[in-house]
Amino acid sequence: MNVIHSSSFTDAIHARGLTKSFGSTRVLAGVDLTVPVGTLLALLGPNGSGKTTTVRILTTLLAPDAGTASVGGHDVTREGVAVRRAIGLTAQQATVDDLLTGRENLELFAGLHQLGRRQARRQAGELLERFHLTAAAGRRVATYSGGMRRRLDLAASMVSAPRILFLDEPTTGLDPRSRAELWSVIRELLASGTTILLTTQYLEEADQLADRIAVIDGGRVVADDSPAALKRQVGSERLMLRLAHAQDVARAGAALGDAGAHLDVDARQVVLAVRGPDHLRRALDLLHRAGIEVEHVELRTPTLDDVFFELTAAAA
Amino acid sequence: MTAALRLLIGRSLRHELRTPDSLIVNTALPVIIMVLFVYVFGGAISTGSSGLAYIDFVVPAVLLMSGGYGAALTAVNIADDMTGGMIDRFRTLPISGWAVPAGHVVASVIRNVGSSAIALAAAILLGFRPYASLVDWLLVLALVTGYVLAMSALAVLWGLLVNSTQAAGAFSFIVLFLPYLSDGVVPAETMPGALRAFAEHQPATPIVDALRALLLDQPMGSSGVVAAGWLGGAVLIALPTAALLFRRKTRS
Repeated sequence: MNVIHSSSFTDAIHARGLTKSFGSTRVLAGVDLTVPVGTLLALLGPNGSGKTTTVRILTTLLAPDAGTASVGGHDVTREGVAVRRAIGLTAQQATVDDLLTGRENLELFAGLHQLGRRQARRQAGELLERFHLTAAAGRRVATYSGGMRRRLDLAASMVSAPRILFLDEPTTGLDPRSRAELWSVIRELLASGTTILLTTQYLEEADQLADRIAVIDGGRVVADDSPAALKRQVGSERLMLRLAHAQDVARAGAALGDAGAHLDVDARQVVLAVRGPDHLRRALDLLHRAGIEVEHVELRTPTLDDVFFELTAAAA
Repeated sequence: MTAALRLLIGRSLRHELRTPDSLIVNTALPVIIMVLFVYVFGGAISTGSSGLAYIDFVVPAVLLMSGGYGAALTAVNIADDMTGGMIDRFRTLPISGWAVPAGHVVASVIRNVGSSAIALAAAILLGFRPYASLVDWLLVLALVTGYVLAMSALAVLWGLLVNSTQAAGAFSFIVLFLPYLSDGVVPAETMPGALRAFAEHQPATPIVDALRALLLDQPMGSSGVVAAGWLGGAVLIALPTAALLFRRKTRS
């Protein structure tokens, strides 16, 4: 399925000012997103941040209260059918038929995508092979494991060879091996030119797969950048010091004279961003001179967790 | 028929074959009901002024019970789709909003008219001897199909309204008991006042009367027209309402 998708537009997904309320609860407070053709955007956010609502609007399952969105060059509210032809969706809740076999599911969805019977059969066979489900193809989906069901769900989203794929938390609840298998499938899809919007709670997943990460919190995109740039935004390496005595924590903060240091009395921990080896040596020196006993020293690169906590805390 | 509709009908029929309880409802239940009425109740029930043998009297009602009960369970099937994840898959497909409810209704008509046929075959084995011309048989088929179609359409509407599989199941009780409170199982003339008034004016009675007239080569009177009116009205109201409701539910 190495289909090359030529297109006259450069943004596969383009959303501006999407809002949505359920009763008095405002779920989206103006979401802006842009996903260039052939790239993967990870929509990263905690539970209830509006990830799924955004996906449901972009896949025509839900109408926005305000704002506009185009997917594959078509307006999601006015050209729903055209959007549906261009996209595939793997929702959080498995959307395959338990009473049918894996093969029957794929043949059914291929047929509903207006493929002829023979073409549908061939397509189903190829997808089963590609998603490592050939051995289980004749079994009812009710007997599948969680990982197999997810793979079938993703395969079902691929029957129409969509140019744009939406994956709503595709690896939630999967074991590490199934997750790695799914990641490699997602990379293959990306390499063949598919545009992907993926939501996830896993920072590692976003870091591994995404060209860009949009951090969403409280119904708003609070950051939208490349993984590297987001990490840069949070700064340099982190020095974590665990002190021998909890009462030293405040004193250590004063001795270091660093307003950005994060002090945690309960964990006996001091965390600060370090700017090069000299800064590191000086910091340890200052603590030594103040007579503060350090029990454990650790230096680590900033993770997306740091980015995430910093951004979502700032928005709160 | 569109390809999408054909595929969705195929899916429903596969479900039927793979769900033991619906398979029992559609194949064994008609035979059991027929045996029950002819052998267990039959000896104790008088057919009143009609002067018919009980098997001749009760066959039309059993045909309706056999087809109607399974048709009513269509409410559960569509509620399953609406409350599970499947509906999201369907909605992202480039198919018309009508296809999913229509697929359920058509599949229900196929399997439940089959159930009525099984009930009829059981009746003939038990000694039922109809006197009907080819045209009469075609009219019988049309009436039974119309009844099953109306019940399936109402069931889909009900399933969409209640939006829970358990509440959807309740519809089958209403449909199962409709023929009991008609002229189909015991003559309405033997019922006490209020029940008798209900029995004489509810839709199952003219359908049963018309089927009886067709199968036993008796004068039909107005029952055929009244039955057609009820069934046509039910289908014409339930189907478009169900389609509209489905579209509304899948819009936002």
